[in-house]
Amino acid sequence: MARSYDVVIVGAGPAGYVAAIRCAQLGLKTACLDDWLTPEGKPALGGTCLNTGCIPSKALLQSSEFYHLATEQFSEHGIKVQGLAVDLARMQGRKDRVVSQLTGGIAALFQANRIAWLQGHGRLLEGREVEFTPHGKPEHKEVIEAQHIILASGSRPIDLEAAPLDGERIVDSTGALAFAEVPKRLGIIGAGVIGLELGSVWRRLGAEVVLLEAQERFLTMTDEQIAHESYKQFDKQGLDIRLGARVVSTHRTKKQVTVKYRQGEDEHELKVDYLVVAVGRRPHTDGLFAAESGLLLDERGFIDVDEYCATNLPGVWAIGDVVRGPMLAHKGSEEGMAVAESIATGKEVSIRRDTIPSVIYTQPEVAWVGATEQHLRAAGEHVRVGTFPFAASGRARALEMFEGMVKILADADSDRILGVHIVGPSASELIAEAVVAMEFSASSEDLARTVHAHPSLSEALHEAALAVDGRAIHVASKMVRKRG
Amino acid sequence: MSRQREDSSSAEIEIRVPKLPESVSDATLVTWHKSPGENVRRDENLVDIETDKVVFEVPAPESGVLKEIIRRNGDTVAGDELIAVLATGAEIAAPPAGAQKSVAAAVPAAAPEAPAPAEVRLSPAVRRLVEEHNLDPRRIQATGKDGRLTKDDVLNYLAAQGGRPEPRPPAEPPAPVAPTAEVRPMPAEEAGVRRVTMSRLRQRIAERMVEAQQSAAILTTFNEIDMQAVMALRRRYKDAFEQQHGTKLGFMSFFIKASVEALKRFPIVNASVEEPDVLYHDYYDISLAVSTPRGLVVPVLRNADGLSFAEIEIAVMDFATRARDGALTIDELSGGTFTITNGGVFGSLLSTPILNPPQSAILGMHKIQERPVAVDGEVRIRPMMYVALSYDHRIIDGRDAVQFLVAIKNLLEDPARLMLAV
Repeated sequence: MARSYDVVIVGAGPAGYVAAIRCAQLGLKTACLDDWLTPEGKPALGGTCLNTGCIPSKALLQSSEFYHLATEQFSEHGIKVQGLAVDLARMQGRKDRVVSQLTGGIAALFQANRIAWLQGHGRLLEGREVEFTPHGKPEHKEVIEAQHIILASGSRPIDLEAAPLDGERIVDSTGALAFAEVPKRLGIIGAGVIGLELGSVWRRLGAEVVLLEAQERFLTMTDEQIAHESYKQFDKQGLDIRLGARVVSTHRTKKQVTVKYRQGEDEHELKVDYLVVAVGRRPHTDGLFAAESGLLLDERGFIDVDEYCATNLPGVWAIGDVVRGPMLAHKGSEEGMAVAESIATGKEVSIRRDTIPSVIYTQPEVAWVGATEQHLRAAGEHVRVGTFPFAASGRARALEMFEGMVKILADADSDRILGVHIVGPSASELIAEAVVAMEFSASSEDLARTVHAHPSLSEALHEAALAVDGRAIHVASKMVRKRG
Repeated sequence: MSRQREDSSSAEIEIRVPKLPESVSDATLVTWHKSPGENVRRDENLVDIETDKVVFEVPAPESGVLKEIIRRNGDTVAGDELIAVLATGAEIAAPPAGAQKSVAAAVPAAAPEAPAPAEVRLSPAVRRLVEEHNLDPRRIQATGKDGRLTKDDVLNYLAAQGGRPEPRPPAEPPAPVAPTAEVRPMPAEEAGVRRVTMSRLRQRIAERMVEAQQSAAILTTFNEIDMQAVMALRRRYKDAFEQQHGTKLGFMSFFIKASVEALKRFPIVNASVEEPDVLYHDYYDISLAVSTPRGLVVPVLRNADGLSFAEIEIAVMDFATRARDGALTIDELSGGTFTITNGGVFGSLLSTPILNPPQSAILGMHKIQERPVAVDGEVRIRPMMYVALSYDHRIIDGRDAVQFLVAIKNLLEDPARLMLAV
């Protein structure tokens, strides 16, 4: 007799495990299938995010930032340090501990919510069935029936033909988090979010870092002013970012990688100890579904879904990196919760799309939500802009972290906030206020009339909101405004 | 509305749809505000239920945990039907923050967990505009999240009133009013066309409007009222009135009193048609048309002939507040023998109101506007209000309709007549 569930979820990353917990909360009999194995060969929940993505990178970013502060900034504070050294093995050990604490936490939540954790590979069959093959036991393959199936298989790093991975010196982001030694010279193909974060980690620990970005402009998905400001900061930190650089070929020797790339008309050569390929991620659907299932993919290889994340097959949904939209963990989680509620209530639940924040965890951090100035102007919108530099923030000065700014874009007529862009300390936290404001269709005046604690970094948002109206207090205003 | 279940571990209470009046066959369960497993406090609103006439809330009879939802959003439910089970007693610990659907908490921690239903929450910019321009936020169309007002809503309202300083491009079309419109997938439309499903309330209003037009022979007769005397009376006694009765002296009490007196003189206007009979009513239940973001609702002021000016004003204010919050009960919305509607608050000078079936007449009040009129052979500026009486000509003939309206005019132009019933 086949096992059957109300919901079977394939994939236990931030989209899948959140969907599973929400389904269980709503009273549905839930199973979550995942084939992740740690380097030690143990099954783990949390997908890419917890195991080789968001969490481990943030752990190393924090550790490396402390080292950087100790070496570069402590003296500023009157703290003398001697004999500073990096014990990379220990640093990696802490990172691994953080990861296992969190993945263990998800396992505990699964138990508490009585979600069946099926460890192995899942494949969608015809007619609301999933074929499950447990790890290392192909003879125990079984077919599981489900009222509803949620596919959440996530994404994989994109391979570059010119730089094939060898798992040793030419690696992807997973490999770049696990170096056993600090590279002397590190090359990174791709200066996007992942490239910048990884570059930051190793730069702080003493590596020379060169980033090769194929696009002519830096961080094209961000507001131009913010991209410009960020570039300046990273450049100051010693990240050598080369734009318009297209990698043509790589050549490996035992201890080196030679990268040939083209910039404009010229060909260049770069010799590095390690090379990271971080050119983006693609949806992971290999082996996910049988052809007979009839599941449709779109032209870019994502699972084709409507606005409620329903696939073309009745009872089958898909969420997270494997469907269209920004490849962000919180976007996957939001889809997971909405689909769980759609299933439980029988009424399709809409999914927030306009107010999803993005963050780059460099230092200073970069965070944004909503539209960029260039996009709004290109669309012919009338906008007013308010900016405030952290250099004028008391708290930022006291923290000795005063690079960057807050920028708020508001509709010139309705004053509604259309976009908020931050480069600076704790941008990842500060952006939350902007997201809430935009969720409530707030105007810049609403933020300007909300009291913010002093002294805090959040005051920078307050001042930027005042600046939209030309009346910031802590920077000289160009305009003289009459009342009203 | 709820019953106790026998259960040894903790008490379980059945949550049921309230009894519906005879005229209403079923209702729609609109939105659950709590999910299974969520803590619930006593009196917190659990679910919105909508009938043809009104959307009302079902509060939790006790604190506890919502154990099970039996009928879901969008289901059609009958009176007294079981829709959920509430487990009283120990409340569960809050689930981990990550697992809960994001709860928007724009207001800092000083705010209570569940806002008082009658409170109108305004964002800072909206508050400023409302204070600056002395506005009644209840009058402004809201397009923000969960029916909140945005700054733009207020600016648009001011522009419509003519008070806006800077010129601006046309406003965006207002967001759909109906809660159910959000969750149903819409058929694809061509660019430039937006399809919004009418809420059940609005559908029913639409039906009744058409029904009224088709069954009755509706005519409208007009007159005008010199409001000077009433306004002088209000000015003279408004402070004393407020001090004595704790409520403001408006116009509605005058009009309601005048209408009741006129209805006593012309009982046919207070009657209704049930072919081939005419039903005469010995009581005076006055329906008052109130505009809310959800649509028009018409609460009934019962036995208005027995109420004093102050009692009328208090009741009217209460209706307006609760109508906006969707907190009127079904009983308050049923019945009525005569309706008064006031287009004047929106600026209407003259209009032809439609009947409120099964009633036979409706009085339309309009904007009070200063006009030059002839008084004793001289031109004077007087605050004039046009009034309209739409009536069912099947049972009310022209003479009665006209004289009914003239009676109201006379009573209001010389308020002493109200006191003496002449």
